[in-house]
Amino acid sequence: MSLANSAMEPGLSNDPEREFTIEARTQVQMVRSSFFRHRGAMIGLGALVFVVVIAYTSIGFWGIPGWWGLDFSSTGTLVNEGKPTLDLIPWLDGDGLSIGAHPFGQDNIGRDYFALTMRGTQVSLMVAFVIGILSTFIGTVAGAISGYYGGKSEAVIMRFTDLLLTIPLLIVAAVVGNGFGDSGPFFLAVVISLLIWTSLARLVRGEFLSLREKEFVEAARAMGASSTRIIFRHMLPNAIGTIIVSATLTIAAAILIEAALSYLGYGVRAPDTSLGLLISTYQTAFSTRPWLFWYPGIFIVVIALSVNFIGDGLRDAFDPRQTRVRA
Amino acid sequence: MDTEILSVSDLTVGFPTEDGLVTAVRGVTYTLKEREVLAIVGESGSGKSVSAMALMGLLPKTARITGSIQYRGEEVLEMSPKRYREIRGQNIAMIFQDPMTSMNPVYTVGDQLAEAYRSHHRVERKVALGKAVEMLDRVGIPQAKDRARSYPHEFSGGMRQRAMIAMAIINSPDIIIADEPTTALDVTVQAQILETLIEVKDSVDAAVILITHDLGVVAGMAHRVLVMYAGRGVERAEVSDIYTRPRMPYTAGLLGSIPALDSAGGRLHPIGGAPPSLIRLPPGCPFSPRCPLVTERCQTEEPELLATDLPHHEVACHNWQQVAAAADPTLLFRTEAVEA
Repeated sequence: MSLANSAMEPGLSNDPEREFTIEARTQVQMVRSSFFRHRGAMIGLGALVFVVVIAYTSIGFWGIPGWWGLDFSSTGTLVNEGKPTLDLIPWLDGDGLSIGAHPFGQDNIGRDYFALTMRGTQVSLMVAFVIGILSTFIGTVAGAISGYYGGKSEAVIMRFTDLLLTIPLLIVAAVVGNGFGDSGPFFLAVVISLLIWTSLARLVRGEFLSLREKEFVEAARAMGASSTRIIFRHMLPNAIGTIIVSATLTIAAAILIEAALSYLGYGVRAPDTSLGLLISTYQTAFSTRPWLFWYPGIFIVVIALSVNFIGDGLRDAFDPRQTRVRA
Repeated sequence: MDTEILSVSDLTVGFPTEDGLVTAVRGVTYTLKEREVLAIVGESGSGKSVSAMALMGLLPKTARITGSIQYRGEEVLEMSPKRYREIRGQNIAMIFQDPMTSMNPVYTVGDQLAEAYRSHHRVERKVALGKAVEMLDRVGIPQAKDRARSYPHEFSGGMRQRAMIAMAIINSPDIIIADEPTTALDVTVQAQILETLIEVKDSVDAAVILITHDLGVVAGMAHRVLVMYAGRGVERAEVSDIYTRPRMPYTAGLLGSIPALDSAGGRLHPIGGAPPSLIRLPPGCPFSPRCPLVTERCQTEEPELLATDLPHHEVACHNWQQVAAAADPTLLFRTEAVEA
């Protein structure tokens, strides 16, 4: 037990002049400081911010033009057989460090592949985060209610999740995609979220079932706290690690789900595009024009990895017992 | 000191199980006066904790509670959930057995105390934190301002229990229920914690229901004692009477089982046998299988808690006169223990 620890910390000296009001480090402050010390999370955050910034500023969004002159849907003449002009390794071919006209190359009808990849990144990011946030929210609330209250509400919610788990995602998406295919990627994301919150709901329910029996919950009730207060102020912060890890995994998985659906033609449709759609569209070109596969692939990996790193950092940051600073 | 603030009468708590109804508390009656310390003593499973949990509304929904619990004339068992929440924490506070698990690991100690205060007072966070620090200071936590910023896992067991006491008194309750507050603690810390509890109880003018199986703790701080056995109150008396003039063989047996300092190396003197199962209680006195004074009547008729020769002293035993007549009632069990 490290009794002397905080008493010896600098800045916590016992100045007798100090007031009786103290500035407590709230959970938010604590989480923030330990998150920003987490190296992996910082790298992940940096990479994600970089991807987001480049994707949204380069080709613009909501009609706002970006700094990249080319549009993702307009065709052009093929330059150099559509090969990428990006050159980051100056000593290999002697061209020096250069971006060129089409850094990621062009596809077979001459569209700029950088612009396409950026548009794909925008759509995939949006879909992934909408799914991640919405399904986490639904799953957490459903799991918390069924875990805390038990009884009838638990039976109803859990049987409903069982039902959802038996419905194949692809078939529902196919039906929805055929009927409402023009509603765009946001609608697709909402539909997917409504179907995949169930696994988190089960996790959260499990957490709450064990937390419910903890003495501090009993103590909170003995102090006159209401059920809502107990759920959100006392139990949820204890389950936050599980929820965040699951949310980051969901975000990473959502990118792949969207890719699979787009591949089958139920997801994002041309002329709009997404990273998954790009990969599946050009999968046959892998041996002849591999850049059409590599660039969107790299972006998927970077997004999924950085989200996972951030989630890792958040989980550590939310646990006050975790005192070790990740080097 | 004489106003009754809590009166529990004929409280019965049953839990349905697959093997049948387990009646953990079978008609317990007691009253609590202002600023009084009432000790409820008994073995594990005697129903002492369950009766306290019933009072705090902490029992699972399946529990069947009957009888009456009146707080200042208000029936607790029929209270609206809202009114019940108001009372809990504000008028009746509880200190739990294990301070390791009764604090939320993700909040600082100061935050938790402030939270307890803000559950009943509409104040700014800062004000509540100031109050929290004041309480931590009052229960003897050094450098309370700094310690309020620590997490529970950074506290030692004794400090955590002090913090729990601080949390219990932060709303100046009338009644503090202390459910074995020292059981999880080091012997050297126990005395300090009890001392703190008595000090702060006086500072907020609260009464205490002290649930314990430690007769030493009772002697040190209680005014009155209720001894429980198999879900019933079997003896109720002033604290001095319990020690010097017990009228129930069970109480005498408990007293006799305390290791004496002057008999180092001697044998311990437990009460033979174990408490009965609460599912199918045999007829008659539940203590009869272990009682050295058992008669035929004991095996058929369960005794009521009735007045004895001493004032304010009630006992549930058919043969209390025999216990009263014995020169040293604790010896009643000795002979039996030697034989066994």
